[in-house]
Amino acid sequence: METMLRMRKFEEHAIEIFSEGLMGGVLHTYIGEEAIAAGVCANLRKDDYVTGTHRGHGHCIAKGSPPFRMMAELMGRKDGCNKGKGGSMHTMDFENGVLGSNGIVGSGIPIATGAALSAKIRGTDQVAVAFFGDGATNRGSFHEALNMAAIWDLPVIFVCEDNKWAISVPREKSTRIQDLSTRASSYGMPGAVVNGNDAMAVYEAAKKAVERARSGGGPTLLVCDTLRQRGHEEGDAQEYRPKDEVARAKEIDPIKIMTKHLIGHGYMTAEQVEALYGKVEAEMADAVARARKSEFPAPEEALDDLFSEVV
Amino acid sequence: MREITYAEALTEALREEMRRDKAVFCLGEDIGRIGGNFGITKGLQKEFGEDRVRDTPISEDAIVGASLGAALTGLRPVPEIMFSSFLGCCWEQIWNQVSKVRYMSGGQVKVPMVIRTVNAIGRSTAAQHNERPEAMLMHMPGLKVVAPATPYDAKGLLKAAIRSDDPVIFFEQCFLYYTVKGEVPEGDYTVPIGKADIKRKGSDLTIATYSNMVHKSMQAAAVLSKEDGVEAEVIDMRTLSPMDMDTVLESVKKTGRLIVATDDCRRGSTGAEIAAEVAEKGFDYLDAPVVRVATMDVPTPFSKPMENYIIPTPEKIVAAARAMLEG
Repeated sequence: METMLRMRKFEEHAIEIFSEGLMGGVLHTYIGEEAIAAGVCANLRKDDYVTGTHRGHGHCIAKGSPPFRMMAELMGRKDGCNKGKGGSMHTMDFENGVLGSNGIVGSGIPIATGAALSAKIRGTDQVAVAFFGDGATNRGSFHEALNMAAIWDLPVIFVCEDNKWAISVPREKSTRIQDLSTRASSYGMPGAVVNGNDAMAVYEAAKKAVERARSGGGPTLLVCDTLRQRGHEEGDAQEYRPKDEVARAKEIDPIKIMTKHLIGHGYMTAEQVEALYGKVEAEMADAVARARKSEFPAPEEALDDLFSEVV
Repeated sequence: MREITYAEALTEALREEMRRDKAVFCLGEDIGRIGGNFGITKGLQKEFGEDRVRDTPISEDAIVGASLGAALTGLRPVPEIMFSSFLGCCWEQIWNQVSKVRYMSGGQVKVPMVIRTVNAIGRSTAAQHNERPEAMLMHMPGLKVVAPATPYDAKGLLKAAIRSDDPVIFFEQCFLYYTVKGEVPEGDYTVPIGKADIKRKGSDLTIATYSNMVHKSMQAAAVLSKEDGVEAEVIDMRTLSPMDMDTVLESVKKTGRLIVATDDCRRGSTGAEIAAEVAEKGFDYLDAPVVRVATMDVPTPFSKPMENYIIPTPEKIVAAARAMLEG
């Protein structure tokens, strides 16, 4: 719950920063999809690997990346996790196993597969997770990587965040099949669909997949059924999208579902949930305030970091 | 010293590096049992096992992407892309991922991987197995691009590439594999990435070149010396990115004339880059305009007379030199 709240609050502040003009480029928020990264990453260790998407802030936060460094990155500041060279679509944090959010749809999938291959060759029990959207399942990189992971029994979990839209193109116009998890059978690996707005359900399904991967059982395709709450990016009025679907996305909000679950089962009281909101909000407000104060990099730092050796 | 082929030199470099460092591993299409299409990895699977000399499916995008994932997590992959034409299938990974990840991350990571691939021209294999795309790779900041011409350089540069913490695109040349022999020390040595080599000293004319064209340039230089009394200095660039322009400029300062001989297509070529650098930094040294001898700007035709017509040859270099010296 705390992780999901952290993601949500991060994105709310990012929207504010973006609307103030303090952030360049484009902003794709993870709002409404938090249960997926939170549920999956709760099964991971710090030394496990993930590759994210262009909607990647949530994956970083779930993997333990510091919000201050991420917010500073969004604002192009020198304290940014990528020293201002990556921005919103490319937040990277290798210390916490984030091998990169990625601006190119589907391209992180082979990279996670390679991290899993590396774990296998090195003889560790690390696992890798590739997060990607339903749109990415139409790319060659998805098919090549799933096949490769299957033939070599690699410890990788392919997590499809099926939000039904690739910008403005609905899923039914880009693929004939209803259930994307059936694609797993083409490669000889298990596939499953799970309610991607229910963090507990995601956690349980991912737990099985992670255990399978870690114990040498090979890869799994996990399709997390969800909906995007906002547009593809901030400023997208979503005129292509049925109004009732947007309303439905808000109804099935993963944080609402989790709150109900926690209070309903007596794990937390309403007051405790309220206090948690306050705690996370304070933490995020502090991160944003610090990021706002961070300086811009010197222009000539644009020439650093190309190679590890001076040439 | 013993003489071995360009192919043997490459195999030896791979074997020695794999013995030296457990993190080095090879992957690619058909590299295991048959040692790759040109036999460069022959015998390595037997010595190092299927884990470290790994046959892959025909999935260039995943071969390069998985290599990147492995490079980011502690290994030193050496993927083989069977022909450089097939780089088109993994362009995305090379262009947007491999070349950019270190820079975009603000220097958080090292990317120690070497993509070995094969250039060709003049094999009657038409346009899809007959490509020289190095200028396009050279145009991607974040990659090192290497193209050795001799067995000595092939071994030393491949070892240096494998030990480099940055991504290297390593262009081999299928014509050189089994036709070129040369002296190669047994055991360990490296040739530094980013340093050109003067393969022939001369005072009248500079020929800047690399890979296959080094040998054609040496033939042209021999003809010019014998028939015209003209001594050409032949510079083997060896590394295309970063490029050692100091050696070229030093030479042009002495000779006043420059021919750039490359077998990539002329427009937007490696030769164009060398010519532009000399125009910017060495204009005052020049006694004549720089001339490019390169492949004509068409895809490679299949039929032999047409193919021979479009490719750069020693005769074309000699003709260019004579025209330049007369003019």
